[in-house]
Amino acid sequence: MGTRASRKLAFIWRLFAVLGLVAAACSPAPSAPTQPPAGQPKIPGAPSEIKVGLVTFLSGAASGPFGIPARTAAEVWVDKLNREGGIGGAQIKLVIVDENVPTDQQVVQLRRLALDEKVDLVIGYISSANCLAVAPVAEELKLLTVLFDCGTNQVFEEGRYKYVFRTAAHTGIDGIGAARYLLMVKPDVKTVAGINQDYAWGRDSWEIFIRALRKLKPDVQVLDTLWPRLQQNEFSGEISKLLSLKPEVVFTSFWGGDFVSFINQARARGVFDQTTILFNNDGSNIEEFGKDLPDGIIIGFRGPHWIEYPDPNQNPLQKEFIDLYRAKYGKYPMPHGSYHVVQALQGVKAAYEKAAQAAGRWPTVDEVIKAFEYLEFDSPSGRISMAIGYGHQAVEPAVYGITKLDPQLGFSRLDRVKVFPVKCVNPPDGVKTLDWIDQGFPGAQC
Amino acid sequence: MDRLLAVFLDGLIFAAWLFLVSAGLSFVYGVLRVLNVAHGSFYSLGAYLAATLVGAVVGRGLSVLLTYPALLAAALVVGLAVGPPMERVLLRRIQGRDEVTGLLLTFAVLLIFEDITKLVWGVTPWSADAAYGALGQVRLGTVTYAVYPLALVGVGAAVGAGLWVLVNRTPFGKLVSSVIADREVSAALGVDVGRVNSFAFTLGAILAALGGALVAPMISVVPGISVEVIIVAFAVTVIGGLGNIAGAALGAVVVGLIRAAALYFFPELDLFLVYAIMTLVLIFRPYGLFGRPEVRRI
Repeated sequence: MGTRASRKLAFIWRLFAVLGLVAAACSPAPSAPTQPPAGQPKIPGAPSEIKVGLVTFLSGAASGPFGIPARTAAEVWVDKLNREGGIGGAQIKLVIVDENVPTDQQVVQLRRLALDEKVDLVIGYISSANCLAVAPVAEELKLLTVLFDCGTNQVFEEGRYKYVFRTAAHTGIDGIGAARYLLMVKPDVKTVAGINQDYAWGRDSWEIFIRALRKLKPDVQVLDTLWPRLQQNEFSGEISKLLSLKPEVVFTSFWGGDFVSFINQARARGVFDQTTILFNNDGSNIEEFGKDLPDGIIIGFRGPHWIEYPDPNQNPLQKEFIDLYRAKYGKYPMPHGSYHVVQALQGVKAAYEKAAQAAGRWPTVDEVIKAFEYLEFDSPSGRISMAIGYGHQAVEPAVYGITKLDPQLGFSRLDRVKVFPVKCVNPPDGVKTLDWIDQGFPGAQC
Repeated sequence: MDRLLAVFLDGLIFAAWLFLVSAGLSFVYGVLRVLNVAHGSFYSLGAYLAATLVGAVVGRGLSVLLTYPALLAAALVVGLAVGPPMERVLLRRIQGRDEVTGLLLTFAVLLIFEDITKLVWGVTPWSADAAYGALGQVRLGTVTYAVYPLALVGVGAAVGAGLWVLVNRTPFGKLVSSVIADREVSAALGVDVGRVNSFAFTLGAILAALGGALVAPMISVVPGISVEVIIVAFAVTVIGGLGNIAGAALGAVVVGLIRAAALYFFPELDLFLVYAIMTLVLIFRPYGLFGRPEVRRI
């Protein structure tokens, strides 16, 4: 069952819960939850429900690979948490809104969530531009806002926020992990080329990757960098050029429709026979590809967000997440929106509970924030630590592998997996990613 | 040398696609004097239906060669199902009004169809790539090409030739030409302008859907492709001259080759060059490379 200490802790919690119920029963306007907490101790003074605004893409190009899987996973996980008593007895209620509005509208939407919907906190944002836009507004509204998926390293490297947290690693580990993995499997690589979408994500991804690679292997030659439009979908010309240049490796940060189109077109034209393709991130379509994903693609996820990493047999939360998701939707949860949103929910729950424990009652926002800083919590992606960005930014290990079809599974699994430890791919607290790379990764532990 | 060959082939492939989507737009403008923004919706519907049919063919375990008739069927079904009612119910009411009215009306239709496609097909990418790989590959110089996009060049040329014959060598083409030249006089001489309009609009819709259906195997069919295609098709028709099929062909080849060359020699500038050319054409030949200055009738 547990150690003596944890049993003692559980006893104290139960005592609190009983006192809380007594207090609630005595109060003139009872606010006790209608559903008795099943597994979790109740925090004294906990409201009957905690309203969480969830902002994710429900439409548009990013909804398919990231937004809808995130909503799906959030619903599955909130059901589970509520069955177990919510957060200290408060049932979690999701208010889901579509992220697919222009950036200026995003800010209006956040205000509406705070003032009209009166949410207690917001979990949201897949687009980096949106994260950068809402962070100052969240600060102004004094609204606890947990960024769950967006990648840009700028949020906490260029700004400092009190009310804003990010419970997933930033994109630095994508590029640094990609460079390290490439040199692990192809130590003699001489020539690379890049094909990335012509907007912030594509440009940042390439910049971090190529700077890290050049630092680690200065004689690498860049044959070309191609910048097709976002959702261009049709890459005949780009593929011809890559075929004629014959780089050993092509780095790309394509996602969604572009990811699918590029693989299909490149496969039909034999690109995979002469070049290794390295995807720094999106793995959300791997199951949908079925048997059609070519072997030998290097692919990375921003952290351990893959059905085999962390090992479900070692990590009960991971096993539970996969089982619950499959039971409800008949599909595996794919990286990375689904895992990221569960990380955010786990982080919020842990922060509230830690704060409640310190305060001995339902905590204020300031108390939750204090508890959230430098917090460590468990999730299906393993133990997450809010170790950088002055305690507001999570770090995660980077996971890279090579696709290999598993006929029994019906889709590709990852071969030659390497998990780069947190300190190998994340800059230390207070150091900017690009500075860390340019200084030659001081303090890195690989 | 290889590089020039690649630029030429990639340019032609892109041009074929551009021609398929802009020929119909230009033709409809020529006859009805409506700049049909909803043309992009027909394209997107064609692509989605094609992806659905290809999926059905492959899913049933039928021969992959059957996917090609399925692509054509998708184009015909969409064109015939959407074209005539839209012309009859909407465009006929705004006949003779300012061109802006048609632009706004068809833009509204585009937005409506955009949401309808999301309701029907959802938001995850649809793929018809079975048809892309089935024709095999061919090695030209050092570069391997899939045969499918090269075949698309042939289809584009055939469609262009077919349209030319239809307009210039058939009795019906004479009626179309007369309506293009002068609507009132044609009507006065007994030409059934309504029927010509309806026919022209349906043909335009079929061409748009054909463009979508034929390109579906080469792309991921996702929401938003309707808007993207209409912008680039508009650039092509402006360069060639609105309302002019030969102009659309020339515009498509110019834009296709420029974009392919830019990709090889100035990859940062590929979009810039296309619209820079369009701007130059608008400044020096506002009626397009093939168009003729119009005499204003009071």
